[in-house]
Amino acid sequence: MAFWRQYRRNVAAVIGLAILLVVVVMAVSAPLLYPGDPWDMAGKPFIWPFQSWKFPLGTDRLGRDVAACIFHGARVSLLIGLVATLVAVVVGIVVGAFAGFYGGKVDDVLMRLTEIFQTIPSFIFIFVVVAVFTPTVPIIVLAIAIVSWPQLARLVRGEFIALRGRDFIQGCIAIGMSDLRIIFFQALPNALAPVIVTASVTVALAILAESGLAFLGLGDPNVMSWGTIIGAGRAVLRQAWYLTAIPGVAILLTVLALNLIGDGLNDALNPRLRGRR
Amino acid sequence: MYRVIRIVRRRLLQMIPVVLGIVVFNFALLHLAPGDAVDVMAGEAGASNAEYVAQLRQQYGLDKPLPVQLGNYLWHVVQLDLGYSYRHNRPVLGLILERLPATLSLMLTALSLSILLGVGLGVLAAWRVRTATDTVISIFALLSYATPTFWIGLMFILLFGVTLGWLPTTGMESVGAGYKGLDRVVDIGRHMLLPAVTLALFYMAIYTRLMRASMLEVYGLDYVRTAQAKGLAGGKIAFKHVLRNALLPVVTVAGLQVGSLLGGSVLVETVFGWPGLGRLAYDAVFQRDFNTLLGILLLCSIVVVLANLVVDMLYAVLDPRIEYQ
Amino acid sequence: MSAILEVRDLRTEFRSEAGTAQAVDGISLLVGRGETLALVGESGCGKSMTGLSLLRIVPKPYGHIVGGEIRLDGRDLLKLPEAAMRQVRGNEVAMIFQEPMTSLNPVFTIGNQIVEAIQTHRDVGKAEARRLTVELLDQVGIPDAGRRLDDYPHRLSGGMRQRAMIAMAISCKPKLLIADEPTTALDVTVQAQILALLRRLQDELEMGMILITHDLAVVAETASRVAVMYAGRIVENGTVREVLRHPRHPYTQGLLQATPHARKAGGTRRKLAEITGLVPSLYDMPPGCAFAPRCPKAQAVCRSTVPTLAVGGGNVACHFPG
Repeated sequence: MAFWRQYRRNVAAVIGLAILLVVVVMAVSAPLLYPGDPWDMAGKPFIWPFQSWKFPLGTDRLGRDVAACIFHGARVSLLIGLVATLVAVVVGIVVGAFAGFYGGKVDDVLMRLTEIFQTIPSFIFIFVVVAVFTPTVPIIVLAIAIVSWPQLARLVRGEFIALRGRDFIQGCIAIGMSDLRIIFFQALPNALAPVIVTASVTVALAILAESGLAFLGLGDPNVMSWGTIIGAGRAVLRQAWYLTAIPGVAILLTVLALNLIGDGLNDALNPRLRGRR
Repeated sequence: MYRVIRIVRRRLLQMIPVVLGIVVFNFALLHLAPGDAVDVMAGEAGASNAEYVAQLRQQYGLDKPLPVQLGNYLWHVVQLDLGYSYRHNRPVLGLILERLPATLSLMLTALSLSILLGVGLGVLAAWRVRTATDTVISIFALLSYATPTFWIGLMFILLFGVTLGWLPTTGMESVGAGYKGLDRVVDIGRHMLLPAVTLALFYMAIYTRLMRASMLEVYGLDYVRTAQAKGLAGGKIAFKHVLRNALLPVVTVAGLQVGSLLGGSVLVETVFGWPGLGRLAYDAVFQRDFNTLLGILLLCSIVVVLANLVVDMLYAVLDPRIEYQ
Repeated sequence: MSAILEVRDLRTEFRSEAGTAQAVDGISLLVGRGETLALVGESGCGKSMTGLSLLRIVPKPYGHIVGGEIRLDGRDLLKLPEAAMRQVRGNEVAMIFQEPMTSLNPVFTIGNQIVEAIQTHRDVGKAEARRLTVELLDQVGIPDAGRRLDDYPHRLSGGMRQRAMIAMAISCKPKLLIADEPTTALDVTVQAQILALLRRLQDELEMGMILITHDLAVVAETASRVAVMYAGRIVENGTVREVLRHPRHPYTQGLLQATPHARKAGGTRRKLAEITGLVPSLYDMPPGCAFAPRCPKAQAVCRSTVPTLAVGGGNVACHFPG
C-alpha cells in the first residue's frame, strides 16, 4: 500500500505506532488479565516494583495492584481521548465546512462563535464544567470536545475556502448538485488529510487534559485513570515515588506515540511538505 | 505608529462580541448547573427553610424570567460585579484581584522562559539541521511536549526538593523568614524557579519545533538569497533577515496560548502550592463556590482577550504588511 | 575584447536522498567588459544554478560546486576564502532575481535594504548611505525617490520593486551583473521598461551582464552573445546574430520554432510546445547526448557519446549540427 510505504519511511512514526499498539493491547486485555475492580485491595500495601512476581509494578498505599490500575487506566485514557476527539472532529467539520463553503455572513457568525470558544482558557473551562456538573466520563468527554473543536473548525474552513475555488467543486455547483452533497461527498474527502493529522494530536491533548483533571480529583470516581493514580500517589511522593512515576511514564509514552504518529501521518499524507523537515 | 493604533482600534471593536459571548456563556453555565446560587447559599447558610430560600430567590431576582436575569447579570458584569463568595465572605472580584498578581507573575515568567528557550533551541536546531545537535534538540522537544505538566512538576519536587534539597517546593516565599528588599526577591525567585520551569517546558517544546521549521522555511525564501547575493555575513543574515521573519509564527502561536498557559497554571499552582488563581479555583471546586469559579473563568477569558490585543500590536509592529491582510 | 569573467568547466552537483544530480555539468563562459551574454534554456536546465554558482550561493546543504574555475578579472573566485568571497558579492558581482515580489525582505524598508548593501561594502555613514540610496532610486527611475526610500516592499508595484532590486544591485557599481529572469514575472509593458533600464545602466556603469532567460525575444533585444543550455550543459553558443539566424543545434532550432515571431501580449511566456518529449531528469541522465531522446536527428552515436564543445565563438555540441 502506497500510504504505508510512505509512512514506514519515518522511523519515529513507526515507533509511535508500535507504542500505541502496546497501549491498545493493554486496554483491550485489561478485563481479561485483571478481571475484577482495579480499585480493590489485592495485596500488601507499598510493594515496590520488581519485588514480587504477583505485582510486577508493585502496589499502592491501599494495596491495589499498580499494574492492574495501569492496564485499566489505558482503557479510560484511550476511550476519553478518542471519543472526545471524534466529537470535536464532527463538530469542527460541520462548522468549518459551512463557514468555508458559504463564506460571507455564515462565515462571520460561525467564526465569531469559534473565536469565543477559542478565547476561553480551555483547561480552566474543562475544569469548571466538570466541577459544576458531575465528574462522569460523558461530561468529561463533552467538556474536552467543546474546547477541542475550534482548532479543527478553523482548519476545515481553510481547506474549504481553498476547495471552493477549484474546478471540480465549481462543476458540481454548475450541474446543480445540492450543497450538502457537495460539502460532504465532494469537498470533504479532499479536506480530510490535514484533519486526520490534527486529530491525532487532538487525541494526545485530550489525554493530557483528562489526566490533569483526574490528577486534580475531578476524574470519574468510578473508573481508574492514570491521572487518578498520580493524584493518589502524590501524597506519598517521598516514600513511594514509583506510584507517581509509573503512571506518568504511561501518559508520556502514549502522548508521545500519538504525536509521533501525527508527524508520520503528516509526512505521508501531505506530499508537498515532504522533505522539508 | 498610526497604523498600529488603527489596527488596535479595529481589534477592540471585534472583541466586543467575543467578550459578550463569553459572558452569556458563563451565565448559561451558571444556569445549567444543578441547583442555583440560592441553593448553594442556603446550604451554606445552613438554612433549608423554604420561605427563606424563596426570599433569597426574590432578592437575587432568580424568580424573574431568564432574559431579565441575563440582563441583570450583564449589568453586574459591566460594573465589574462578579458576585459574592459566601465561602470567603467577600466579593469575588476582590478575591480574584488579590490572587491575580501571583498567577500573572508565574505565567509571564514561564512564558518568557519558554519563548527564550524555545526560540534559542529552535534557531540552534535549524542552524545545525540534520546533525546530532538537531536530533537531540528535537527529541528533547518531543518529550517535553508529551510530558504531563503536573507530573514533571512532581518529578522536579522529588529530584530538586526531596533528593537534592536545592530548591523550595511549595509556596511563593519563605513564610516567617521576614526577608526584605533584594533578599525577598531572591527568595521569591527561588520559589518560582521550579513551577515556572515546569509550566514552561510544554510551551518551550512548541516554540522549539515551530521556530526550527520556521527558520528552515525562511532560509529557503528568495529574500535570503538576495541577502546572500549582497555579500552579507552568515550571522547578519540569520539575525537580521531570517530571525525576524521566522519569529512571526511564534508570536502568533504564543498569543493563542495565553489561555492554555492559564489553564496549565491551575495544575502547576496546585502542585507547588503557589497562591494564585489556580489554587483559588481548585479550592473553589471542592467548596462548591461557583460564583468564584465562574468569576475566575470570566476573568481569565478577559486576560486572554487582552493578551491577544497585545499580541496583535506586537505583530503589527513586527510585520509591516499586516494591515493589508 | 578583454574578458572580465571567464568560467571554465564549472560543475555544480545537487546531492540529496534521491541521488546526485549534475545541475551544472562542465560549463564554460566568457563575458567581456560592458558586454551582455544571454544564458538561455528551459526551466530546470541549470541556468539559474549557474548564476548562483558564480556567486557561490548555491542552496545548502544540497548544492556543492565540485570543480572548475570562475575567473573574475583573472582571479579565481572558487579559490577565495568565504570572507573574501563576501567582498565580491554585491560589490564586484551583483545579482537580481525573477520574483521582485519575494526577493525583498517584507519587514524592512526599501531604503534600509539598499543602505545595508552599501554599508556592507563601503565605509560610509548612515546619512551618506541614505543620500546615495536616494540617488540610486532616482537613477533606476523610481519617482519621488526621497519618500519611496522609507516604504516597505509591499507598497510598491512589481515593476517598482524590480527597479529597487536593480538599485540595490548597482549600489556598489559592480563589474558584472547577473540578471536571472529579471522580467519574467512582470507585465509586458513593464518588461520592456526594465530591459531598457538594464541596457542604460550597463552603458553608464560599463558592467558586464549575464542575462538568464528562457525568452529568445528578450535575448534578441538585449544581448550580444548567447549560450544555449540544456540539461546542465551548453549545447550551442555564439553571437546572437549567428545563433538566432542560423541555429545549428537541433535543440536551439526547436527553441526558435517554439518562440512566437511577433511578441503579443502574454505570448512571450509560451514554452517549447513543438519539441516533443520531456527534459531528462538530472538524477537520471542518458549516457550520450542529453537531447538525444527528443532529437529528430539522433543516431546511435548520439546515444552513446556526449558531444563536446570547445570554448570560443560559434560552437555547437552536436554530432550532426545543422
